[in-house]
Amino acid sequence: MTSMTRARRAARSAERNRDLSLLVAVLLALLGAALTVVYFMALQAGAAPRLADLAYERLPGTGVQNPVTAVLLNYRAYDTLMELAVLLAALLGIWSLGPAAPGFQRSGAVLAGMVSWVVPLLIVTGGYLLWVGGYAPGGAFQAGALLGAAGVIVRLAGDPRAGLPGEAAQRWLLVAGVLVFTLVGLGLMVFGAGFLTYPPKIAKWLILAIEMAATVAIGVALAAAYVGGRPPGPQARPTAEDEDALSATEPAAENTPAPSP
Amino acid sequence: MLTAQFLYGGAGLVLFALGLWSFLVHEPLLRKIIALNITGAGVFHVLIAIAYRGDVAPPDPVPHALVLTGIVVAVSATALALMLGARLQDAEEEDRRR
Amino acid sequence: MTDPLVLCIALPLVGAMLVTALPRWSVRLGIVSALATAGAAVALTAAVWQQGTLHLILGGWDAQLAIALRADGLATALVLMANLVGLGISVYATGYFHDRLRVRSFWPLWLLLWAALNGLFLAGDLFNLYVMLELLGIAAAALGALTGNRDAVAANLRYLLVGLLGSISYLLGVALLYTAHGTLDLGLLAQRIAAAPELFAVNAAAMALMVAGLALKAALFPLHFWLPPAHANAPAPVSAALSALVVKAAFYLILRLWLDLFWPITGMAAAMLPALLGAVAVLWGSWRALRAERLKLLAAYSTVAQIGYLFLFLPLLTATPPGPARDDLLAALLLMAVTHGFAKAGFFLAAGLVQTNAGHDRIDDLGGTAQRLPATTFAIALSGSALIGLPPSGSFIGKWLLMQGAIATGQWWWVIVVTTGSLLASAYVFRVLSRAFGLEPTPLKFITDARAEVPALTLALISVAVLGLASGPLWTLLGLSAAGSGTGGGV
Repeated sequence: MTSMTRARRAARSAERNRDLSLLVAVLLALLGAALTVVYFMALQAGAAPRLADLAYERLPGTGVQNPVTAVLLNYRAYDTLMELAVLLAALLGIWSLGPAAPGFQRSGAVLAGMVSWVVPLLIVTGGYLLWVGGYAPGGAFQAGALLGAAGVIVRLAGDPRAGLPGEAAQRWLLVAGVLVFTLVGLGLMVFGAGFLTYPPKIAKWLILAIEMAATVAIGVALAAAYVGGRPPGPQARPTAEDEDALSATEPAAENTPAPSP
Repeated sequence: MLTAQFLYGGAGLVLFALGLWSFLVHEPLLRKIIALNITGAGVFHVLIAIAYRGDVAPPDPVPHALVLTGIVVAVSATALALMLGARLQDAEEEDRRR
Repeated sequence: MTDPLVLCIALPLVGAMLVTALPRWSVRLGIVSALATAGAAVALTAAVWQQGTLHLILGGWDAQLAIALRADGLATALVLMANLVGLGISVYATGYFHDRLRVRSFWPLWLLLWAALNGLFLAGDLFNLYVMLELLGIAAAALGALTGNRDAVAANLRYLLVGLLGSISYLLGVALLYTAHGTLDLGLLAQRIAAAPELFAVNAAAMALMVAGLALKAALFPLHFWLPPAHANAPAPVSAALSALVVKAAFYLILRLWLDLFWPITGMAAAMLPALLGAVAVLWGSWRALRAERLKLLAAYSTVAQIGYLFLFLPLLTATPPGPARDDLLAALLLMAVTHGFAKAGFFLAAGLVQTNAGHDRIDDLGGTAQRLPATTFAIALSGSALIGLPPSGSFIGKWLLMQGAIATGQWWWVIVVTTGSLLASAYVFRVLSRAFGLEPTPLKFITDARAEVPALTLALISVAVLGLASGPLWTLLGLSAAGSGTGGGV
């Protein structure tokens, strides 16, 4: 009897949920339709070139030839600085939740061999993307994403620390992006140019320095976020012998078969 | 040019509405996080669409840069949300074992 | 050649990097950064006081291409409040956290949150505001989950997701505005919106998306559901920051958009909806605070109610023509926001002390707190009187002017809401105080733990005495900025 009423009640509440989600769907369809109409009107408002022409016109004074890099690192550099802070905040939040989970088992010979090819390739490609960002698509984020991906691969291949150095060094690498960015900005302000206002003559080199620090910080932050927790403390640190094998970005020397769990 | 912008950006608005629907209707955390990412991707679509200036003129770099910034922000937020969810799951499992 | 406008944001940012890189020194470096940041905020206030609205285009490019920072009276008053409260929270936190790992997690996130707050108050660019909102939301959720217990993690995960939804909605509004007007700069956009009445539908849709997203973050009823568990389960200094500052930042942004950007397209109908929701928030939040079993939950529901009061000002500002009467309303709104900032921070810090001292914060079992922690109880009483709006607190003047404005514009029904809300507030404050007194003998020492009690007491005192008895400078600060900007609708 009670189970029957319970079943009936559950059925009724499921029905109500279905009605509710249908209502939400109808309302959102209306919202989508209204937004599409509004978007069409906005497109026809005649703001057309928007900031594009101005951005290209000012490009020669920015120190880079790639307009997107010019927006990210010069016109709107302050946004990019804050966005590096967002990434760092997320990682610090992840670290505050506890230590990292243990890694995966050591990769077998085939995977390890592939990793030893892919990881250096990713690092070299990252460096290339960083440099090319000055005049073609590329830049700190793309390069940092590749470095992060290299860390992910190394962790998947069995290194619990994703190839990252110890905690103290990791912390410095993480803050490098925001720290160099802010200090360059403040330095320019102290010397009279204004916060993040690069003199055109040295803009290229300042931007490159900032981008290099940002690439490292982004790569380390992404890899560390994938590790998913505070780096293991000194007591959990593996023996010196293990550490050599772990910190090497080329696990090629590591050709012992993975221990079966 | 306007048609391309409208179609691509309109598709972004559809993604926005779909993501919003999924976020409101579905209970599991992972689905909510994916839904939020789709909603965000819809907005990024709109920004990319308005950057397009036809085959002759190069695209407006400003929305492109905004989207790059937005992606990094979205990745950061997703990472934190996933780890909070994992931590919550651990805590719930611990409670159940007790 | 240094600019306090930049330093208010750069100093906490550098501080956050240093405490991240040198965790062993985090408390010392953190306190130094907090002092430096608060110093920059005072310098900024002095500069705005002397020169009027400050405006700075970063990078030296054309205004529409670059990002602008600006400080007018409204922004400066909130920056000053946030930084003084932040300093109090920092001092309190040095004594609150004992676990080494928690200390190391708290300081960098707290300084990042602080940088985001200052950045948000001073930003003059719509997309930059989006980045600041995200930094604020992520740092706040991470800090809120710092205790690591299940309730805190669950509540702050929800807070994070809801906040993300709010930011995405805001960003879509920004995208629509950029599509239609081709700029992200607040000042330029305001001119273009005013000059294009034919784009009403686009502007209204963008406004709806942005304000709805921000109302979610400001916990306007019925979008407040995430707030009480998130604020009540966070560590006390974090609760203080979340309730006193973070929620207020979202409201500030709504006000900014409403008054600066969308003023030409907002009418009475648009202002009525948030005000009605605000009125329900006042009544519902106060009622739930009265029924709350725990002290921190009471404070969290009280925040829902206090945010509601701020929304009541929107239809009054809409109905009042520019002039001294409208300036008074604006100053009253600011006064209430600032007073609540100090009072709620003081309340949460004191509640945290009660919790650590008694091992719990159940209101019914608080007997004897007044004897054990006299200074803390006094802080709760003081900040409670500011929450009620008793004279001479700043919120007394604020509520008085609010009711005056309501009657002057013929919207008498808000008076009923304000009075009922205040009565409920006195009921929940006195409920706590009546439980706090026990029959034990009177104490020998007024202050038992200076590092923790002095900040709570100071913040509470500011909310009651300083803001109530010396609120005049706020008018001057606002008046200066109004003369500087010279626009009819603007703040």
